[in-house]
Amino acid sequence: MIRFFLSRLLQAIPVIFIVITATFFLIRSAPGGPFDADKVVSQEVIERLNERYNLDAPLHQQYFDYLSHLIRGDFGPSFRYTNRSVTEMIGAGLPITFELAIYAIMIALIIGISAGMLAAVRPNTAQDYIPMTLAMTGICMPSFLLGPLLVLVFGIWLQWLPVSGWGYSPGDKILPAITLGSTYAAYIARLTRGGMLEVLNQDYIRTAKAKGLNTTKIIFKHALRGGLAPVVAFLGPAIAGLLAGSFVVETIFQIPGLGRFYVQAAFNRDYTMIMGTTILLSCLIVFLNMLSDLLAVWLNPRLTLDAKH
Amino acid sequence: MPNKILLPILLSLLLLVGCDLGPSNIESATAKQILHLGNGTEPKDLDPHTVTGVPEHNIISALFEGLISVDPATLAPQPAVAESWVISDGGKRYTFTLRDNANWSNGDPVTADDFVWSWQRMLSPALASEYAYQLFTVKNAQAFNHGKLKDFTQVGVKAIDSKTLVVELENPTPYFLSLLAHYSTFAVHPPTILAFGDQDQAGTLWTRPGNLVGNGPFTLDSWRLNYIIRVKKNPQYWDHKTVILNEILFYPIDSALTEERMFRTGVLHATSSTPLDKIASYQTNDPDKISINPYLGTYYYRLNVTEKPLDDARVRRALSMSIDRQAITDSITKGGQIPAFTFTPPNTQGYFANNNSIRYDITHAQQLLSEAGFPNGEGFPEIELTYNTSDGHRRIAVAIQQMWKQALNINVSLSNQDWKVYLSRIQALDYSIARAAWIGDYPDPNTFLDMFVTNGGNNQTGWSNSQYDELIASAASEADEKKRYQIFQQAEKLLMDESPIIPIYTYTRVLLKHPQLKGWEPNILDIHPYKYVYLEDSTIDGDQ
Amino acid sequence: MATDSLQQYQDVVFEHGRSPWQDAWYRLKQNKLAIISLNFLAALVVIAVLTPWLAPYGYETQNLALGASSPSAEHWLGTDIHGRDLMTRLMYGGRISLMVGFAATAVSLVIGVLWGAIAGYVGGLTDTVLMRIVDILYALPFMIFIILLMVVFGRSLLLLFLAIGLIEWLTMARIVRTQVMNIRNQEFVSAAVVIGLSHWQIISRHIIPNIIGPVIVYITLTIPSVMLLEAFLSFLGLGIQPPQSSWGVLISGGVETMEEYPWLLLFPGLTLSATLFALNFLGDGLRDALDPRATRD
Repeated sequence: MIRFFLSRLLQAIPVIFIVITATFFLIRSAPGGPFDADKVVSQEVIERLNERYNLDAPLHQQYFDYLSHLIRGDFGPSFRYTNRSVTEMIGAGLPITFELAIYAIMIALIIGISAGMLAAVRPNTAQDYIPMTLAMTGICMPSFLLGPLLVLVFGIWLQWLPVSGWGYSPGDKILPAITLGSTYAAYIARLTRGGMLEVLNQDYIRTAKAKGLNTTKIIFKHALRGGLAPVVAFLGPAIAGLLAGSFVVETIFQIPGLGRFYVQAAFNRDYTMIMGTTILLSCLIVFLNMLSDLLAVWLNPRLTLDAKH
Repeated sequence: MPNKILLPILLSLLLLVGCDLGPSNIESATAKQILHLGNGTEPKDLDPHTVTGVPEHNIISALFEGLISVDPATLAPQPAVAESWVISDGGKRYTFTLRDNANWSNGDPVTADDFVWSWQRMLSPALASEYAYQLFTVKNAQAFNHGKLKDFTQVGVKAIDSKTLVVELENPTPYFLSLLAHYSTFAVHPPTILAFGDQDQAGTLWTRPGNLVGNGPFTLDSWRLNYIIRVKKNPQYWDHKTVILNEILFYPIDSALTEERMFRTGVLHATSSTPLDKIASYQTNDPDKISINPYLGTYYYRLNVTEKPLDDARVRRALSMSIDRQAITDSITKGGQIPAFTFTPPNTQGYFANNNSIRYDITHAQQLLSEAGFPNGEGFPEIELTYNTSDGHRRIAVAIQQMWKQALNINVSLSNQDWKVYLSRIQALDYSIARAAWIGDYPDPNTFLDMFVTNGGNNQTGWSNSQYDELIASAASEADEKKRYQIFQQAEKLLMDESPIIPIYTYTRVLLKHPQLKGWEPNILDIHPYKYVYLEDSTIDGDQ
Repeated sequence: MATDSLQQYQDVVFEHGRSPWQDAWYRLKQNKLAIISLNFLAALVVIAVLTPWLAPYGYETQNLALGASSPSAEHWLGTDIHGRDLMTRLMYGGRISLMVGFAATAVSLVIGVLWGAIAGYVGGLTDTVLMRIVDILYALPFMIFIILLMVVFGRSLLLLFLAIGLIEWLTMARIVRTQVMNIRNQEFVSAAVVIGLSHWQIISRHIIPNIIGPVIVYITLTIPSVMLLEAFLSFLGLGIQPPQSSWGVLISGGVETMEEYPWLLLFPGLTLSATLFALNFLGDGLRDALDPRATRD
């Protein structure tokens, strides 16, 4: 266990380093600079701004300067929001997006796994078709469609819930969480059903059944554990994707989260902000994928963490 | 859909808690005089000397005040920090007398030296103010800004005493007073700036709540990133008795659709934009909640005149004359925009372009194209129309693409680009036809027409005409308004004959505005001094 | 009773040496829902191919004066903001969406399955390196990646397939890897190793049949997300350009006007949903048919 953690931690270093390096050079090769504006900014001004943000230095020099600041924990100033540091902006947005993501994941897991389980236990019956039809409908409804639809019904027609904000008025967190969670719920339901059916068809389950073991016990003790494997593999990246994907939901519901910064930074060519959010995201992905691999082992004790053959 | 299961559960929980949405912002606003405004994007900063956008302008105009402000109805200059002024030396010398009771929000008096210090800051090369050119009409200001002149005392601005400011101009500039109502010429509080950094340092913490000291009708109370900026009434403001509002909340909202929903559910009093498709239904169902007013801006297409076949003025005019602008404003933009056949919007401070070289005339357009060597579009290469990613631009481009196909039998492909890619391609003249827009900085034809002088920064069409350059230069030194406007008319005629641009429509400002919002005068700059704005429930209220 | 006799029949057939594929096809044919879905999808493909001859109007033909109009005798599904016939645009859009859906999914399938299977089967250092590459690709800023692709390669449908495929294969690889590792560690595989089967035999006889279920499920999830991703990329300028359309583009446009012109969302939405349901039923049917143990129940 400790070995697994240590080795993954060691592996994380090159992963994050490569991400930093690739992103650094990728964003600088994208056309358009951070200071290009609608009304043309004079050459003198651009030059001075480049000087201020060290953009006049040779590229490799900029890169090493960035790294040396990074090692000291300095993500630099935002190029767009001139009096903000990247650290401050991430600090403002991350907790909100994190909270939204937690609610969404909870919704997705609870609904997704129970629907998938119900379906897998009695395949090709109403107990299968109804939740799976609902799940498919969920997949057909991406958040850019579901969000406005929910707002229209519950915010505008019924006037039960606020249409915007985050912690501004009571109940304003409900619709965003449902919107973000439901697509994932649908995915998880499908994957759970598939995974469980796979396990339920395995010989050891058949043997257990033949021995007359309690069905509920079989489902929860054996089938669910084994059947969740694809869900767990999906979950690691999905949670990271959820953070990035919260952009749509944050925009629809006017939530001041990190998702909006992440996407806007790319459009604004806010180099330091892109770097900051990308580094954060890569740490998150490394961590969550590690967690997801760990969970996979826990669910299936025959796997080993070291995966040596 | 799984949430069909979840929703009833959550909602019944909600009912158990006894949750009530409570009165909306709008319902409780009138008694408290709290204004809620949609405000576009998150402001880059609140430093009047370093920012450029409209959202920033809206907030800064609540926090600061210049020498001059404009009358919200007529846009005529009116006294602000300066209570009076004298123009002498043939329009080249302005002497301002500052009012005695003009104070900073910490109680310090606003002095003439503050203005000199602030203009020095704004023009200093190191600050890299994008709007520095707003003061280039001041003597030696450009040289100082470009670092050719180091000594600021040679720049034409001086404090005679603490309440008298003298400004010397390069040329008599009839719109100079309007420039002084622009935030880039406002004064900032020197001790505050110096407490957080150097005079010419940008991006310091002086603009944060608690730090910022301004001289406007409101002070900065809180600033939640990407969420809400709150300003409160400033008791130190010289004219605080006029101010009725207690607070204004500015919401940066990226999506026009979200903004409209917030407006509809009573979160906002007014929006900064309106989804195109909602205009008609508001006009029919809630005409008192939508306001459409002329706006000092032109939507147009740039043509790259350095590239074949657009190097031929006949081709450019043919393209321009085969666009049915009326159909576009009626069926696509729908906000009462005016089809544009000239670049300067009609009635820009009394100026009308005198132009008949462009009109909607397909027959003539076909003839021009044929004269240029492409009868019925034969041999005309496929050219690309570039626009920045936006639904509205796409709709217009799709319509025009089809109009050109039908009228001239030419093929135009569409290419939408990310905003920054779009900007860099326009600047590099790496396009054939590109969507563009220009919003005037001040109400004068010059803000439109000086764009297209040879190598002008915002020209970006490759077009150059020495006669045009001379006309614009002679207008700059002409003090008589009538003669000046005649010169501009000649220049504009030349511009339209040559057609390096295709004007499409004159903007209107379409916004959703609650009827309880009063003192919000429409004007072509869309400026609404908050000191005159207040909230009052209408006597006839449909909901009661 | 019927299943028993079927079982006997199949056993007989199987003994007579029918290939597993023929066997699977036979089982698939028993699944009515799957067959209906298959026919529906086939019909869609036929319509897509024949659209230029079937479509009642030109997909770019505008009528600005008419604008958005609700369904009528002339325009069965109504018209959009530019007065273009929605049915025509849906038909043309289907060509793009089906092509993108299948091609991009195929790209992601090939890369994802190979990558994940190698990582899971070989394990050790190979696994580590391959999966860390996946981590890196997850973390790179997607938006910048798209902008760069567009700038470097310009706009083309092929590029769109590649871009989407390259984004979508990552999760597929992770799922396949986990699944392969699960199976790799089961007794029957160890037994196979002991009795001296080659790697290829183990992979083809044991691994592939056992991962096909989750892979098919994930494919049915990938196709819709690919179609919607295409709309987003088109919006950013990488995908198709107006006046062309796709289902994703029509739906995302429909969302913006769902209160004013609900038909612009409803019909594209229904078309996409029906297609996805069909894909899904077919996917489930295929999964059951290909499952080596499915018929024993």
